[in-house]
Amino acid sequence: MELTDWIADARNVVFLVIALAMLGSSVMVVTSRNVIHAALMLVVALAGAAALFLMLGAEFVAWTIVLVYIGAVIVLFLFGIMITRAPTKADPVRLDHKRRWPALIVALGTFATMATVTTMAFGDTPMPDGVSRSGDLGDVLFTRFVIPFEVVSFVLLAALIGGIVLARKDPQT
Amino acid sequence: MIVNQFLVLAALLFSIGIYGVLVRRNAVLVLLSIELMLTGVNINLVAFGQYIQDAFLAGQVFALFVITVAAAEVGIGLAIVVLIFRNRASANVDELDLLKW
Repeated sequence: MELTDWIADARNVVFLVIALAMLGSSVMVVTSRNVIHAALMLVVALAGAAALFLMLGAEFVAWTIVLVYIGAVIVLFLFGIMITRAPTKADPVRLDHKRRWPALIVALGTFATMATVTTMAFGDTPMPDGVSRSGDLGDVLFTRFVIPFEVVSFVLLAALIGGIVLARKDPQT
Repeated sequence: MIVNQFLVLAALLFSIGIYGVLVRRNAVLVLLSIELMLTGVNINLVAFGQYIQDAFLAGQVFALFVITVAAAEVGIGLAIVVLIFRNRASANVDELDLLKW
């Protein structure tokens, strides 16, 4: 498919804008010298992911991303940063390793491999139009996937208890 | 829209996450990069689920499970980071040599 044909579809323009925003913000997440900025840039990347899910008709997943990630996980991260680095603006120690080239080579190699494989496998296969089926998702979550659903809730409970046990002060010492 | 555009974007996010995990020294930032990788995985899951037009919406269900497990992982991970910071007064991953001899 030619690039001009691809860009002629309005949805692809929307996709391109979202993808570029996600790309820039995620690069900022891994390169920013300010820890708070890195955490806040992750918000932009996750909001872009939520927008992509809306484009794909996965409405419930999109709003779960907004609620769970942007609402809860990022706040947790900000608390973690606040506890482990009290002066949040200056960075007295370096946040990155000095040698970045090996990591860059590994990341580029991973991307090249995955992009080549998916391009070879899918090429120009069109994506079917997304129809939001949140009701069906709820149905299937409580019928076919009910046991994994309960197991996941148990995992969350275990993580909750584990977090409390790890983070509280030891009473003996 | 073609399928590949979502897959390439997900691969890009995953690779950026790998770079962050390898290059960052602060443990909180390593966890942030892991979140980036998981976001790429979620995009892949939802895109493939939409591509095969699954009657059971397995892609979206698994994306929800990944989100839940990621939330649990962040909770435990940050608790461990806070604990290490309390004991060592540092959250740098390359200063953690407790298991090295």
